Amino acid sequence: MERKSINFGYAIVQDRQIDFDANKHEICRAVAVAEPTLNLCISCGTCAATCSAGLFTDFSLRKVILLLKRGETEGLLKEVSKCMLCGKCQLVCPRNVSTRNLVIQISKALINGKP
Amino acid sequence: MRLEGKRLIWQDYQKEIADDHYFYARSCIRQTFFPGAEAIFMRILKEELGKDIHDEQHHTSCTGIGYHSDVVPFDTTMTVVARQFALMTEAGYENYAASCVTSFGLYTEILDTWNHFPETEAKIREYLFKATGREFNKPRNLAHASDIVYKLRHQIAAKAKYKLVDKKTGNPLKVVEHIGCHYSKMFPHKGIGGAEYPYVLSGMIEAWGGEVIDYPERRHCCGFGFRQYIVQANRGFSLSCSKKKFDSMEPYEPDMIITNCPGCPMFLDRWQYALSEMEGKTYGKNKQGIPVFTYEEVAGMIMGYDPWEIGLQVHQVPAEPLLDKIGIPYDPLQKFTGKQGQYLGIPESPSYLKFYADQQNTEVIK
Repeated sequence: MERKSINFGYAIVQDRQIDFDANKHEICRAVAVAEPTLNLCISCGTCAATCSAGLFTDFSLRKVILLLKRGETEGLLKEVSKCMLCGKCQLVCPRNVSTRNLVIQISKALINGKP
Repeated sequence: MRLEGKRLIWQDYQKEIADDHYFYARSCIRQTFFPGAEAIFMRILKEELGKDIHDEQHHTSCTGIGYHSDVVPFDTTMTVVARQFALMTEAGYENYAASCVTSFGLYTEILDTWNHFPETEAKIREYLFKATGREFNKPRNLAHASDIVYKLRHQIAAKAKYKLVDKKTGNPLKVVEHIGCHYSKMFPHKGIGGAEYPYVLSGMIEAWGGEVIDYPERRHCCGFGFRQYIVQANRGFSLSCSKKKFDSMEPYEPDMIITNCPGCPMFLDRWQYALSEMEGKTYGKNKQGIPVFTYEEVAGMIMGYDPWEIGLQVHQVPAEPLLDKIGIPYDPLQKFTGKQGQYLGIPESPSYLKFYADQQNTEVIK
């Protein structure tokens, strides 16, 4: 007979460990094929610092790229949709990453499973 | 597991451990958590190996739990510890053996403090003299009880009746070793093998025939952390730490866990029950859990002591599957029988974790 779980007055804290083996890396690989300048990114954050959308929301392209590279793609589509595609980040990127196209390719990959 | 590199690190962290004549300071909580552990240590040292060890009846708690919970000031703690040293001096001993890892860490911390700040030592000597009229010598050698068992591990193995080996297959048992944080994480040079690769329990496991499992969260804390479990609302942190360890070791299918701290076996054992009742999650084969032992209990098991005499019936995770695997005989009828042969009654059975009680035979005892 199944018994009800006991409430001891405390809860188990969800582990914040990032399990690279279990994460989805195929999205990142597909985006890197469609927009190879993704591989040039050094996560300096200049894009996020100059971002128009980032002025009014918590949007950060640096965070999007970081999550993409970690394979943590859950909720990423909602995050990337905050971008207004103004292209200011592309003007300031010290590594010449094609950030505008990158955002488009990330959205495509997340919607379709591939760009 | 590649041992070559680790052995090099272990060699860098060796410590002097006295050969004989120990003043034994018991733990304030171990005798309720795992009541057989300290008795086995005394029995092995005195009766099996003929060592001289003094069991002092007048010593108190070291106040470690209160100190680490911020309710006992350091000066008070140092004065209490100074009194323990005074008892050692009065008994005519120089080698201090602490049963508890927290106490061992605290004694190390205090001796180090006095080494760096002699004026603090002088102040504490004055406090102790004014309060009790006692004076003391500092221990010539300070060791944790597991250091002593480590030193004597080959002598114990020579007298042992059993090995940590699967009776049917002849393969070594897969053992997880867990070292209490205060053993060597604070003062790596005071522990055998240092903080990253402490060898104290691995050495015992290897000497007694088992195989050590190297798993990702091996050095992670068990979750005891005084302020984590004393405050009920924080207890989830404690449980989550243990869960992280269990999840990490589970794929390696360990047969048992050995620990050298008072709190670690308590929490690694009891949290398996809590996890099963909260989430229905059990570890080990057939919902039997991963049995957790102190190193003294394991020493007692391989020496062939009666499992119920060394207190294995008070474990939440049953020891029977492991005893069967090694081939250690036990009488299921005696599991819940007291020292005078009286029937103690069967505890309530957990919902998920396997529970061993011979109902039919228990009826006979009744």
